[in-house]
Amino acid sequence: MSCLTGKSFNPVVNRRSVIAGVAGLGAASILAGCSDGGSGGGSSASSAGAFKVGTIGPLTGPAASYGNSVAHGVELACKDFATDALPLASKAEDDVADGEKSVNAFNSLADWGMQVLVGPTTTGASIAVAEVANSDPKVFMITPSASSPDVTADKTCVFQACFNDPNQGANAAVKLAEMFPNEKYVVFYNSGDPYSAGIRDAFVAKAAELKLEVVDEESFKDDSQTSFTNQLTKAKDAGATMIFAPIYYTPASVLLTNAKEMGYDVKMMGCDGMDGILGVEGFDTSLAEGLYLMTPFSADEDKNADFVGAYKDAYGETPDQFAADAYDAVHAVVMAMEEAGLAADADPADIADQLPAAMTAITVEGLTGTLTWNDKGEVEKDPMVYVIQGGKYVAA
Amino acid sequence: MPNFLKNKKTRRDFVTYGLVVLAFVAVSLMQANHMIPRMIVGQLVPICAYIVMAISLNLVVGVAGDLSLGHAGFMSVGAYTGIVAATSLAEAVPNDAVRLVIALLAGAASAALAGFLVGIPVLRLSGDYLAIVTLAFGEIIKEIVTCLIVGVDERGLHVLFNLTGKLTVDDLGLAEGGAAIIKGAQGASGTETISTFFAGFLLVMVALVIVLNLVRSRAGRAILAVRDNRIAAESVGISTTKYRMIAFVVSAALAGAAGALFGNGFSQLSATKFDFNTSILILVFVVLGGLGNMRGSIVAATVLTILPEALRQFSDYRMLVYAIVLILVMICSNNPTIKGFVARVLPRRRSNEEEVSADA
Amino acid sequence: MTVFLQYLVNGLSMGSVYAIIALGYTMVYGIAKMLNFAHGDVIMIGAYISFCVTSYLGLPAIVSVVAAVAVCTALGILIEGFAYKPLRQAGPLAVLITAIGVSYFLQNAAQLIWGATPKNFTSIVSFPVPDFLRAYNVSAVSLVTVVACLVIMAGLMWFTGKTKMGKAMRAVSEDKAAAQLMGINVNRTISMTFAIGSALAAIAGVLLCSYSPVLQPTTGSMPGIKAFTAAVFGGIGSIPGAFVGGILLGIIEAMAQAYISTSLANSIVFAVLIVVLLVKPAGLFGRYVPEKV
Repeated sequence: MSCLTGKSFNPVVNRRSVIAGVAGLGAASILAGCSDGGSGGGSSASSAGAFKVGTIGPLTGPAASYGNSVAHGVELACKDFATDALPLASKAEDDVADGEKSVNAFNSLADWGMQVLVGPTTTGASIAVAEVANSDPKVFMITPSASSPDVTADKTCVFQACFNDPNQGANAAVKLAEMFPNEKYVVFYNSGDPYSAGIRDAFVAKAAELKLEVVDEESFKDDSQTSFTNQLTKAKDAGATMIFAPIYYTPASVLLTNAKEMGYDVKMMGCDGMDGILGVEGFDTSLAEGLYLMTPFSADEDKNADFVGAYKDAYGETPDQFAADAYDAVHAVVMAMEEAGLAADADPADIADQLPAAMTAITVEGLTGTLTWNDKGEVEKDPMVYVIQGGKYVAA
Repeated sequence: MPNFLKNKKTRRDFVTYGLVVLAFVAVSLMQANHMIPRMIVGQLVPICAYIVMAISLNLVVGVAGDLSLGHAGFMSVGAYTGIVAATSLAEAVPNDAVRLVIALLAGAASAALAGFLVGIPVLRLSGDYLAIVTLAFGEIIKEIVTCLIVGVDERGLHVLFNLTGKLTVDDLGLAEGGAAIIKGAQGASGTETISTFFAGFLLVMVALVIVLNLVRSRAGRAILAVRDNRIAAESVGISTTKYRMIAFVVSAALAGAAGALFGNGFSQLSATKFDFNTSILILVFVVLGGLGNMRGSIVAATVLTILPEALRQFSDYRMLVYAIVLILVMICSNNPTIKGFVARVLPRRRSNEEEVSADA
Repeated sequence: MTVFLQYLVNGLSMGSVYAIIALGYTMVYGIAKMLNFAHGDVIMIGAYISFCVTSYLGLPAIVSVVAAVAVCTALGILIEGFAYKPLRQAGPLAVLITAIGVSYFLQNAAQLIWGATPKNFTSIVSFPVPDFLRAYNVSAVSLVTVVACLVIMAGLMWFTGKTKMGKAMRAVSEDKAAAQLMGINVNRTISMTFAIGSALAAIAGVLLCSYSPVLQPTTGSMPGIKAFTAAVFGGIGSIPGAFVGGILLGIIEAMAQAYISTSLANSIVFAVLIVVLLVKPAGLFGRYVPEKV
């Protein structure tokens, strides 16, 4: 009784059907290829002489919310920072958080005439793209959110606008040692995610140095994030009183729900990836009450009110740090273009050549703090710890 | 006409080789004259890898008649072995081309071994249950790879198996100047990209020659016999397990080589790339190209790899359009009414349809 | 011991969710003889409908479940009519690939309609669980899910065993051509199967998201694959098999995570599946049909 193979298995999907099928596909792809209107993914203000900013991120698939935030941040920034001397056009391409597709997206943007890349969003994809961007013909790239040091390592024209993971992990340990030296910690991370695992590695090393008591470590993977009750049961059994969770806000909302259901009263601190948890539609914000997070951006701060308002008007959502970092990255590119004295029609290779030096010279007063860059392409800005009180981010 | 070309099947095979060479020359010429958009140029190596994957899976699904849903697992084994081989030999073998060949061979060998080990239990089953078990093995391979931490220094390779998830690259104890190659779940990063389109083309040719010759050989006829009627084949003394195993291992080896080509073409690769969805993607190439039809597999792999990229201008609707095209193509090429209509409009040599057992 | 029981309860809760999805899988497989890879995505649509009805329209939970069931049933019939019916005579692989196409279609359509940002599903069941049960991680959702599973399982067994439509379904499953000769409308029977399978998917979706609150377009795919494994585990096509398979899968997964390794939990589940299939090639409750010459 086999449905797929077995007796009824009839391998005569014959040549005619193949020809019919492939011809159909071929026709579709040719149609697609020929009618190139340049009206691709979320392009904006594509006036003729504009400076072309490309961005890449997962616009579909499980990580799509992060990529869409980055794409929106870039689009908004391109509206806000455009000047007569430097009109800006942006275009977002989808990579489903996959290295191979990200390289395709990069090449597709290069065909569009991209002069600077603000992206990709996720770390794995960024490492793959950085290699291509850094080899001839070079394209200047600044990733708003890919935080592994491997992204910028040994590359001249690749920059980061977010903290890198070792930095963030170590900073988190330092902050926690100041604020809660006597808690028993459990580190809860996504072992399949370079961002999460990278912070975890640095945190554990620094925590040992600072004599923080880490009683347990629990991990999960992307394909098993439906429920964390087993991990929480273990952590509770080990006597943990505080969770350090360098994870994105989507699994974090599951973690909080599970902990509440189990009646496990535990403190929790997350990193920048957890910013956005209050914006999840339908999320019971009382669950996040008392949640600490170390993030450079807060949507509730007065200085960011203009950006938050404009973003809400345009996209109907509260911006998270992905959007803010992307916005700052475009801001930095615009400033560096001025600093280097480059015009809107500059050649991408010249930009890649001259922008890195200019980047190290500028100081950006951005949404995510005061940003400067070292010559390795890493950003320097101060980490801030916020705590959620009454459904708002309050500086801790 | 030379003697060996008198055989109709041999002639078909040589036409296939010819077409592949022709396609390669044409693409290379166009590339040299900058006639191809960068988007396609960047995809040439992955396309070659996917073509080899499709050919190798076609050997199992189309020729041997065993539905495998875990083919990406073998690609993964080959990819990581290939990356480790290429990275660790960076100093010993400075020539990129030679190193790539070694990496491809290493990938093929390790995947063949994996194929053999997986084949022992898998080939005891058949039908849907075989499909599920291959799916299970694909997932198991993926998880095992995510637990590997590999590094190299002047004392040689260091390998850790990270069962608890608490080990990191630091636990490898690499000497000064050593480098981590695979960082567990974070995958391989910083790989030197040494795969070239020419290497990909050669691999496609090698895969074609191996598979087509296997199919035309005595062993190949035995494999076909086992597919068409296992009991009848057994009754004439053909060892079904042996011949299915031959197809399975050869297919795994080719998938491993394809993986090594793919892996050395990107500077970052995580194990989750080779999940169930990738296995399904390859299966779509095979089914759409026609079971047992290698030429069809090549065309389908190429078209379906470019299609989602060519659809980028549909932006948000891109994958929706892709899904609709996929459904429509499957319906149009398999519905008897529509097929009958097509057949009336385009009358063709009817005789050809009869011998489709395993075409070039 | 308490901790062990807690793990066991965790496993049962997850397992009951797998079981309820697996029931839908096995129903469609048992009768239409096709692997409906889009089942997981129908689940996701069901959850979205329920979410919209409660959050946007502010209607009570039970109305949202009814709405989800209605929409998913219609969707199931539509999918069957447009995508699968034209392929009734085609090879099984063609149907499989079409099902995958449908799965892509549903995911991307959901993203266009509801956006990529995950939504947080508020559990539709909330009643206080007695403290002595709560100490063992027993939650209201798990209790409801287990009961729902048992009711649905009994219902399906009664339906396929006793009713006229159910008997027609079994006849179609046995031999389509012979069933047609006996005057059974095969197309209508198969449509009916999809309608029932999709209605079950809607219920499964609501319960899945009550258990695990993140709702996004890919929510259904991984639980779908796991539940499919569960269905095979129990013997695909067998209704009690799907239930037992789902529960066992959940328990094995929980124990593997608890006592062996969280990174390898899925591998352990799959390894157990392989061993079971080698010993019992048709799953725990499956009917092994020897090949005839």
